[in-house]
Amino acid sequence: MANVNLELEPTLWDTGDFMEIKDLIVDDRQRGIFRVHRSSMTSMDLFQQERELIFNRCWIYLGHDSEVENPGDYRRRTIAGRPLFFARGKDGQVRVFLNTCPHRGALICRRDEGNAEVLQCFYHAWSFNTDGELIGVPGEEAYGPYFDRSELSLKEPPRVENYRGFIFVSFNPHVEDLVTYLADARDYLDLIVDQSEQGMRVVAGSNKYNMKANWKLLVENSLDGYHLVPTHQTYLDYITSLGTGDNAQPAGNAAPYRHADRGAADRIRPPMANRVPGAARALGNGHCVIESAARHGRPIAHWHPLFGEDAREPIARVRQRLVEKYGEERAYRMANTSRNLIIYPNLVINDIMAITIRYFEPLAPDNMEVTAWHLVPREESDAMLATRLDSFLTFLGPGGFATPDDVEALESCQIGFRATETEWSDISRGMLRPAQTVDELQMRGFWRQWHANMQGLSKTNVQDGPVAEAGIAVASGTDD
Amino acid sequence: MTAANKPTLREMVEDFLFREAELLDDWRLDDWVSLFTEDGRYVVPTTDLPDGDPTRDLVFIDDDITRLRARAVRLNSRHAHREYPWSRTRRFISNVRVEETGEGELSVTSNVLVYRFRNGEGAPYVGSIHYILRRRAGSDDGGDLRIAYRRAVLDQEALSWHGAVSIIF
Repeated sequence: MANVNLELEPTLWDTGDFMEIKDLIVDDRQRGIFRVHRSSMTSMDLFQQERELIFNRCWIYLGHDSEVENPGDYRRRTIAGRPLFFARGKDGQVRVFLNTCPHRGALICRRDEGNAEVLQCFYHAWSFNTDGELIGVPGEEAYGPYFDRSELSLKEPPRVENYRGFIFVSFNPHVEDLVTYLADARDYLDLIVDQSEQGMRVVAGSNKYNMKANWKLLVENSLDGYHLVPTHQTYLDYITSLGTGDNAQPAGNAAPYRHADRGAADRIRPPMANRVPGAARALGNGHCVIESAARHGRPIAHWHPLFGEDAREPIARVRQRLVEKYGEERAYRMANTSRNLIIYPNLVINDIMAITIRYFEPLAPDNMEVTAWHLVPREESDAMLATRLDSFLTFLGPGGFATPDDVEALESCQIGFRATETEWSDISRGMLRPAQTVDELQMRGFWRQWHANMQGLSKTNVQDGPVAEAGIAVASGTDD
Repeated sequence: MTAANKPTLREMVEDFLFREAELLDDWRLDDWVSLFTEDGRYVVPTTDLPDGDPTRDLVFIDDDITRLRARAVRLNSRHAHREYPWSRTRRFISNVRVEETGEGELSVTSNVLVYRFRNGEGAPYVGSIHYILRRRAGSDDGGDLRIAYRRAVLDQEALSWHGAVSIIF
């Protein structure tokens, strides 16, 4: 409720109450109308409630265990507003610590990455091992008999779990276990991890950039098949100029795609738009995905002219291995389809022309810090790794041919939101049909979870239809 | 031209870099691309790994001449939305160091400050650029220099201000 400033003349300045959270989303499943009130992306009050109701309660991605390969390796992160670091101990175990000295508060870990046996606080020189134990206090004799080092170890987040290399933390001691939380998104992580024989690793170097936009806009954008053709025209023109087409599709895979001539009419009705509708899915707990046959090459096992002739043979071998191990159908999904996945609330894994892990840390209603990494199979040859790195750069990253345009789009939306008389954003696309990648179910699934969380609920029906799972209440007004 | 007036090697290279900066500030990107050799390369490493190797590590940009031309086409189009309408830029080049590395090649390093203004905001890109410049054999004229390698390293810890490397840095 608004605090009405009593010094103002109410008859002149009656601005009414702020919206209640339950009214921030219009979700009319019968009529196929879904709208989000734009204050959810501009209000500082709601931003602070998100911290409490979402970021302090959910599982939040921290990092990948390959980032701390050797004992003593550490990495520093800011997660859900907190300074943290994670380190691999001598026992090989990865531990996560709150990055603050239990003594008086200074940061223990002051580099983004490194290797150390002992971490010493620079302020008063208390020192800790990589298990977090306090092992040195200068002038310890000055403390009384009840001073107990063991009570002053580095503190860990209440919950830490690792799913096949992806490390998550939660500041909610009562949160459900990570696998349950991941719901149907787990299978999509498996589709990525299983591409490798020896496990995946994050390559050195990360993309760190800010967007002056609300973090939820990046959730929408990361799974938005609808914007690809209009926003990323220059990328599509670029790959077309390099020669894509039927020969990019290995025989026996997806229906061949015929490139129309890219004349004026083509620009109005781009050939991509109707080709592979793919599917959008809400996976439960706010996680969502779009998945479709790839038109671009996929370094894992879908050759493309861009990769060069030398890459043909190794890629065919990888594909053969996947077929032998997982069967044609699953191998086809791993090799030939792309997927853009949101792990609620703020982790995106896009397995497209390369695999990128994208984490975004909300800083303000209109600002976020994005970090993106590149995930690759460990066993890949130097030549294939170089090909894969190159494939990443064609589209992805703040120097790529697409990401800068997304930054522009999101910041443009955020500026547009200042025109507060236009109160609602429409996210209804495809609501009354089986959802395709160019539809918006994957955004509605996210927003429905957000809306439930913001009302203090942990579960809701995230689907367009009234399908209720056990224990999940179907929202009122969707009684058929 | 008397010996005293003959430009030094550094002055010659500076003239080349100043002309390059002018082409970029004036958005004459086709002319800029034509400064590169056919085997030329343009690399921008990430802010957290300034020594990054594009064949092994993630970088922001690793363009061969084909992608560099495509980048110019993109930035000249009306569909590079981060740069349409174009931003205003102003480049300052300084601390130019030149080393002759034999076979007509020069190893050149400069400090660079590029102010970029757009949408009511302005902020710099700060860093250094390492070039390998090639001279035509027997030539002592800066007009004959070509860029065989251009590695632009950002000093910023992250792309906090611009959100992208949307211009040529």
